[in-house]
Amino acid sequence: MIKTFVSTVAAIALLAAPALAQADTTLDVVAQFEIQAPEPSTSGYIFTRMGIAETLVNADAEGRLTPGLATEWAMSQDGLSWTFTLREDVVFHDGTPMTSETVVNALEIARAKPGPLAGLPIIGISAGEGELTIALSEPLAALPAFLAEYRSQILAPASYGPDGAGVQIIGTGPYRITDLQPPLSLDATAFEGYWGAAPQIADVSYSGVSRVETRALMAESGEAEFVFGLDPASVSRLGMVEGTEVLSVAIPRTLLIKVNAGHPFLSEPAARRALSLAIDRAGIATAVLRYPEGATQLFPPSVEGWHDESLTPLSYDVAQAREILAGLGWQEGADGILTRDGERFALTLTTYPDRPELPLVAAVLEQQFRAIGVELTINTTNSSEIPAGHQDGSLDLGLLARNFGLIPDPIGTVLGDYVGNGDWGAMNWSNDTFATLVRGIARGEGGVAERAEAAAILQADLPIIPIAWYRQTLAVSDRVEGATIDPFERSFGLQDMRWAE
Amino acid sequence: MTALAARLVQAAMVAVLIGIATFVMMRSLPGDAAWRIAAGRYGYDNVDAAAADAVRAELGLGGPVLPALLQWFGDLLRLDFGNSLVTGQPVMEEIAHQLGASVSLALVAVVLSLLIGPPLGILAGLRPGGVLDRALLVVSTGLKAVPQFLMALVLIVVIAVQMRWLPAAGHGELRHFVLPALTLALGLAAVNARIARDAMARIAGMPFWSFAQWKGLSERQVLFRHGLRNISVPLLTYLGLQFVTLVEGVIIVESIFGWPGIGHALVHAIFSRDVPMVQGTALVLGLGFVLVNAAIDFAVRRIDPRQAT
Repeated sequence: MIKTFVSTVAAIALLAAPALAQADTTLDVVAQFEIQAPEPSTSGYIFTRMGIAETLVNADAEGRLTPGLATEWAMSQDGLSWTFTLREDVVFHDGTPMTSETVVNALEIARAKPGPLAGLPIIGISAGEGELTIALSEPLAALPAFLAEYRSQILAPASYGPDGAGVQIIGTGPYRITDLQPPLSLDATAFEGYWGAAPQIADVSYSGVSRVETRALMAESGEAEFVFGLDPASVSRLGMVEGTEVLSVAIPRTLLIKVNAGHPFLSEPAARRALSLAIDRAGIATAVLRYPEGATQLFPPSVEGWHDESLTPLSYDVAQAREILAGLGWQEGADGILTRDGERFALTLTTYPDRPELPLVAAVLEQQFRAIGVELTINTTNSSEIPAGHQDGSLDLGLLARNFGLIPDPIGTVLGDYVGNGDWGAMNWSNDTFATLVRGIARGEGGVAERAEAAAILQADLPIIPIAWYRQTLAVSDRVEGATIDPFERSFGLQDMRWAE
Repeated sequence: MTALAARLVQAAMVAVLIGIATFVMMRSLPGDAAWRIAAGRYGYDNVDAAAADAVRAELGLGGPVLPALLQWFGDLLRLDFGNSLVTGQPVMEEIAHQLGASVSLALVAVVLSLLIGPPLGILAGLRPGGVLDRALLVVSTGLKAVPQFLMALVLIVVIAVQMRWLPAAGHGELRHFVLPALTLALGLAAVNARIARDAMARIAGMPFWSFAQWKGLSERQVLFRHGLRNISVPLLTYLGLQFVTLVEGVIIVESIFGWPGIGHALVHAIFSRDVPMVQGTALVLGLGFVLVNAAIDFAVRRIDPRQAT
C-alpha cells in the first residue's frame, strides 16, 4: 500500500517536471507598483519606466533636461510662450505617426486630470508644423521639466476613450505592450519602428509584487533579473549572494516631519528648533534605514542648486532642546512630560505604512521626543490623512517621505509645498521673502544664490523638520549587463541592458 | 428539489445580508472616502486636495445612504456590479480575472491536499498506534501550528532559493502554482489526514470490517470496497468547513507570492474605500460558500443515502 502511494507521487512528480522546466529569454522586472489600469494619470510611471511610453523631455542622472520626443525647446522673449520642436519620424506602436496634433491631444487630456500640469498657468496649447506652442499667463521657466513628468506622456489618440480615460497604452517607446493584465503583470517586446537605437533584449516582463521580502527572495533565487525597491535588511543579505549585484543611488527624496506651525505649541520657530534638536538623525539613519548618515538640511545633495554645502547642518543636542523649551515657559511635570499653563506637551504624529520604514521611524521619534519631555501618540493610517488633516487643520505632526524629483526641476514641488496650498509641505506657515524668492526662481530669475537663500530660510524657520535623505536600491542578476539606476526614478533603463556573454 | 429551492433562498439571503453589511461597514469607516479613493488611485506621492476634489466631483460621493444602497441592489438584479472607484474598470471584469486566479490556486491546493492527507491518514488509521500513526500525529499537529505566512517563507527559502527548483513568486505558468498551492495544501492536509485517520480507525474497528476480512478479502479489497466510501463522508463534510480556512489562507498566500487573486483585490479595495469592489468580492465569496456547501451536501447524500431521510 505504501509502495503504491510512493510510486503514485513519484509518477506525478515526473510528469510535472518537464512542464516546470523553463527556457527563459525574457528579462523579468519586479517592483512594488501595481498596474491599476491602462491610464497614464494613475499607472503612467510604470509605462514610462518600462520604456513603453515617452515624454517630450527627458532628464539625465543629474536632473539636467535632455531631448525626448521634443528635440529642442525655447522660451519667448516675454517668457509667456514656449515652443517645442517635435522629433521627426516618430511612430506610435499602432503604426500611426506622431504629429503635433496627437501631442496636443495627449497633453490636453493629461491637463484635464489631477496632476502637476493642472496647476500650471497654461492658457492654451496649439499645434504647428512639426512643433507645438504652449501659451502661459505668467512666465514659467520650469515648464519643460513638467513635461518630463510621467503624467505628461505622449500616447496615440486611440489610447483614450471618449471621456479621456485611458483604454490602452499605445506609446512611442522602445518596447510595446503584448499583454497587459492589471493589477500585477505586463509583457512587452521590442518595437521595430522605434525612432532610437533598438533595445538589445527583445522581451521584457513586469510583475508587481507588493511584499518586499518576496521581491528580495525572487532576486536571490534568480527568478527575476531586475528587482526594484529593496529594504535595508535585504540589501545587506543580497550583497553576499553570488549571482546578484545590488545597485544603490541617492535619490531626491527626503524623510521629514511636516509641522503644523499654527498649533499653539509649535507656532514659535524656537519650539520647532527644539524638536529638531531632539532628533538623533545619525541613529535613525544607521539603525533603521541602514544609511551612513542622516539629513543635514531639507534638500539632499542630488538636488542640484538647492542643496547648500555651506548651510549650518541640523544637529542633535538634547540639553539645548530642553533649554529652549524651558525658555518658552515649559516646565517638566511629574511624569517627565512638559507642561505650560496646565497643558501637556502632547502631540499626535500621523504617518502611513505604504513605506514600511515610516512606522519604524515614528516609533524611534516617540522615544527621542520623550527624552525632551514631549509626548507623542503615533497614528499610522492611510496616506491621505496627512493632506486631509492639513486641509481641515487637525494635523499636529506628519511623518512622510517627499519626492523632489517627480518633476526633475524641484521648483515645482517647492512652489507647491511651501508657497502654494502645501498639502505635503508647510502648514500654517508663510514667509514673504521665501515666496518672492521662489516665485522669481519659477519665472526663471535668480540662480544658485537665490536657491541657497530660500533653502536657508527653510533651515532657519523649520516649517518642516528634515530627518534623512533616501537611497534607492535594486538587485540585478549577473545574467545581464549594463544595468543602471536612475536617481529620478523615470526609467528602469531596460533598453540599454544586454544578456551577459 | 426542495433542497435546491432552500439553497436558492439561502443564496438570496446571503446576497442581501452581505450587500447591506458591507455597505454599512464601508460607510461607517472613519475618514473621508474621496481622500481614500484618491490615495488609492494616485498614490501617496500625488494625493492632494485637488485630486480628492476631482474624485468627489467625479463620483458624486457623500449622497444619502439609502438611495445608494437601493441603486446597488437594483444594479445587482441586472447583474451589474458597477465600476471600481479606483481603477474605473467594471467590477465584474476585475472579479472574473481575479477570482479565476484564486479559484485555480484553491483547486490545485485542495487536490494536492487530498493527494497528501487522506492516503497518509488511511495508512495510519489501518494501524492505530503504529509508527506511521504516531509520526503523522506529530507532523500534522506541527504543520497545523505553523502559520501559513511562515510556511510560505520556509518553502520559498528551501525550495526556491536554496535548491532553485521552483520560482519564488509570480504567476502565469504552471510552475508558479506549486509553492503557493503547496503552502495551502500542507495546512489543509494536516487536518484532513487526521480526519481520514480517525474515520479509518473507527471503521476498521466495526464488525462489518472484520466480517469482510473473515470472508477472505485482502486488505486492499476491504479498503476499496468497504472503506473509502465510509471515510469520504466525514472527509467531504470537513472539506466544506475548510473552505473558510482556504479563503483566509488565499489572502495571505496571494500577498506573499504576488498572486493576482481575489484576496489581494479585497484587501486593496478595503484600504482605498472601493465600495463596489468590496461589495462585489464579498458577494462572490459569500455565494461561493453557499455553492460549495450545496455541492458537498449533494455529494454526501449520494455517497451516503441513509442520511437522506
